[in-house]
Amino acid sequence: MAIIEQDTTNPGFKWIGTRPIRPDGYEKVTGKARFGADMMLPGQLEGAVLRSPHAHARIVSIDTSEAETMPGVKAIVTGADFPDLAEAGAGAADLDLAVNVIARDKVLYEGHVVAAVAADTRKQAQAAIKAIKVNYEVLPHVLTVDEAMASDAPILHPGTRTKNVEPAPEADSNVISRVVQQLGDLDAGFAAADVVVERTFTTKPVHQGYIEPHAAVADAMPNGRVHVWCSSQGHFAMRTMTATVLGCDPTRIKVTPAEIGGGFGGKLSIYLEPLAGRLSQKSGRPVRIVMNRDEVFKGTGPASGTKITVKIGATNDGKLTACQSWLGYEAGAFAGSPVGAATMTMIAPYQFENLLLEGYDVVVNKPKVAAYRAPGAPMAAFAVESVIDEIAQKIGMDPIELRLKNASVEGSQAAYGPKFPKIGYVETLEAIKNHPNYQIPLGPNQGRGVASGFWFNAGMNSSATVHLNEDGNVTVIVGSPDIGGSRASMALMAAETFGIDVARVQPLVGDTETVGFNDVTGGSRTTLATGQAVTEACEKVKVDLMARAAKTWNCDVADVEWVDGQVQKLDGSEPPLSMAKLARGWGRTGGPVSATASLNARGVGSAFSTQVCDVEVDPETGIVRVLRYLTAQDAGRAIHPSYVEGQFQGGVVQGIGWALNEEYVHTAEGTMDNPSFLDYRIPVASDLPMIDTIIVEVPNPGHPWGVRGVGEVGIVPPLAAVANAVSNATGCRLTDLPMSPMRVLDALNQKSNGGNGH
Amino acid sequence: MSRTHVTCTINGDEVEFLCEDDTTLLNALRDEVGLTGSKEGCGTGDCGACSVIMDGALTCACLVFAPEAEGATVVTVEGIADGNKLHPLQQTFLEGAALQCGVCTPGFLVAAKALLDENPHPTETEVRYALAGNLCRCTGYDKIIRAVLAAADYNGSEG
Repeated sequence: MAIIEQDTTNPGFKWIGTRPIRPDGYEKVTGKARFGADMMLPGQLEGAVLRSPHAHARIVSIDTSEAETMPGVKAIVTGADFPDLAEAGAGAADLDLAVNVIARDKVLYEGHVVAAVAADTRKQAQAAIKAIKVNYEVLPHVLTVDEAMASDAPILHPGTRTKNVEPAPEADSNVISRVVQQLGDLDAGFAAADVVVERTFTTKPVHQGYIEPHAAVADAMPNGRVHVWCSSQGHFAMRTMTATVLGCDPTRIKVTPAEIGGGFGGKLSIYLEPLAGRLSQKSGRPVRIVMNRDEVFKGTGPASGTKITVKIGATNDGKLTACQSWLGYEAGAFAGSPVGAATMTMIAPYQFENLLLEGYDVVVNKPKVAAYRAPGAPMAAFAVESVIDEIAQKIGMDPIELRLKNASVEGSQAAYGPKFPKIGYVETLEAIKNHPNYQIPLGPNQGRGVASGFWFNAGMNSSATVHLNEDGNVTVIVGSPDIGGSRASMALMAAETFGIDVARVQPLVGDTETVGFNDVTGGSRTTLATGQAVTEACEKVKVDLMARAAKTWNCDVADVEWVDGQVQKLDGSEPPLSMAKLARGWGRTGGPVSATASLNARGVGSAFSTQVCDVEVDPETGIVRVLRYLTAQDAGRAIHPSYVEGQFQGGVVQGIGWALNEEYVHTAEGTMDNPSFLDYRIPVASDLPMIDTIIVEVPNPGHPWGVRGVGEVGIVPPLAAVANAVSNATGCRLTDLPMSPMRVLDALNQKSNGGNGH
Repeated sequence: MSRTHVTCTINGDEVEFLCEDDTTLLNALRDEVGLTGSKEGCGTGDCGACSVIMDGALTCACLVFAPEAEGATVVTVEGIADGNKLHPLQQTFLEGAALQCGVCTPGFLVAAKALLDENPHPTETEVRYALAGNLCRCTGYDKIIRAVLAAADYNGSEG
């Protein structure tokens, strides 16, 4: 079976759009690749972390005296070993970051770090952790938006007043801030509607679920320098944040990126790095700390649990007239849920003239939420796309037709401010409509659901350096961690720019002292922005080589041109100079050839996806089985189509897990009841069909290759696509995720008892 | 602190190491033997990232105490290729882009090898159930399943 398909969508390119083997693949299929936990330094100590067993408690005292005397123990840290950033005048985000890394006077969630130990062996460190005596005064806790917003709720952060509310509140609150998007005349919009549907939806926190737990190794030098190895989505950001918490300048710290075993947004922040750093400073030895899965669930960021009400009006001929929404997003223990992004993205696929979207960022006694693939968007899209589906049912219109009638196009006003540049949303709708999957007849207990989604692309800062080697081949150094094949796409863009075989390009991810500054791998930005930096650096090398060829030929640079990896004289009077020949002669033309490009990427694209899902619901058990799944997404330009498809497929399956299985289950005490992959069930191979993909290519006019970021938007539609399919199969509109067998059975029973299944 | 001496065959080589009685085979492989290809994703036998073939049976190395490996034959991801000649599964995983981050890949390769050793021509459904103990969060499994089926074809064409 041939599994490498020729891509025919990019006839103008020689390398872009092809599917070569990724350059870092060999290490990964032979077990040689080194991930976060694989680092082993001479004299390395092993760390262990003591975490709060309580959801909310005051730390009365911490006694480490017994632990300090235990065999093998070399260092112990508590909150007292870290600087008080408030005294240093740090901003709120840095204060929260530092206190989330290690608690000071209060613990705010089960799993909040209280102390850490370094010892000769892991077992000794774990024994010492158990010997640390912490005296807690347990406080009442809140776990949900409703509990946290109740008038008598215990307050996580006394002194907090809700921002962006008029008049300014006088009481403390767990609501950190309010965000609003507003347009047109809401009342007039609903008055013009023939049909109005209003529903309230809830979703539970879900974890990014990367298979590699967090790990960090730190080695502190006597001169104050700290070398950190860790797997993250951005080693420059790890450097900055670790320095903040340790209270030093970022350049006192060097971060070397390990291979990263999945992130999905969850490895954008620090957890272990400052702990390992301080333990290494105290012990004078390298220290490795590796989380176990229980710690990953309890101590690192899930996505927000949410409560969302959506009300949408439409005319009988399918014009959407108004949208009102109230969104409450759990932030976890510290401010910063992605509710703002939710309000900006939730109706972006549609042209609404009248809208009011109000979001609330609410702290609860759970781990601080972290970004998760299109952070904030999937839950809000679940609500909006479910209501749109119900409107389509009510007015008897095909759900794709309804979306086409209202679709955002180039020039449409986006709810969050700008007018859309060239976008490919309509093309994704047409692609689904015209695909055979959309026509396959359904059997009993089967249903079909459609949903769409939007997500931004980030631009931000990227740097890349390109070296010409003595054999004429090139090395491309970027500072963006490769979390899903980006080295392959960097190599393809470099090969296309030079017009050389991709095998002649060696891409690598440099550490914080090897390459210029790079922002994180997140926001679907790496291929787009870092790819732009790579392309610019390659262009600079080409310009340099053309000048050197002109010098060699004693002619004007205007008399030479670049063709397929070599410089030619326009009049053909000299044989061409290949990159290898120019490299061999560089001693006569000015020395070795290198170039760096550093930029803040502009011209970012917008990403849209439309998906259709077929399910079968077992009426006896309530189990929902996904029969087939098709996703169409605008990639702008697919650099390496296999990894573009992989991003689509991975996002979809995470969304299916979110829809059907995944949730944090909490006890009445506020502790997590299912912190293992046995009880927190992510999709497995036998749960799923193949995930069919259509790569739509509406090139992004703001990018040299037309790239749009592809990493995130794929997870936006699935929650609603699956829910709409379940609704279609059962006649029950499920509004609470996950749609676990119990919930589906409850809905079926309510319906058979005469209710509407909701 | 007395440690237990263990002798076993790993990837065809006789290997000796010392470990504590409650050291897992996974930690012994990684920390004592230096084979870090097997990964710990959960430590509870739920994710398959530590999959090894022990005396012919697919095993989660995190669920076995290292002293239980005394006298056993263990194959890890580092032992799948023949020197620098890749196993067909490794080749089809690369060609089919069946890995993204790559941390689950060692476990998938070992589990898929165990399947193809038993059943050289599995159906898609058989592959999906055989690999249901291995979690991948990046790919949605599509390209992994295709790569295993492609490797089975490759095997067939060779013999």
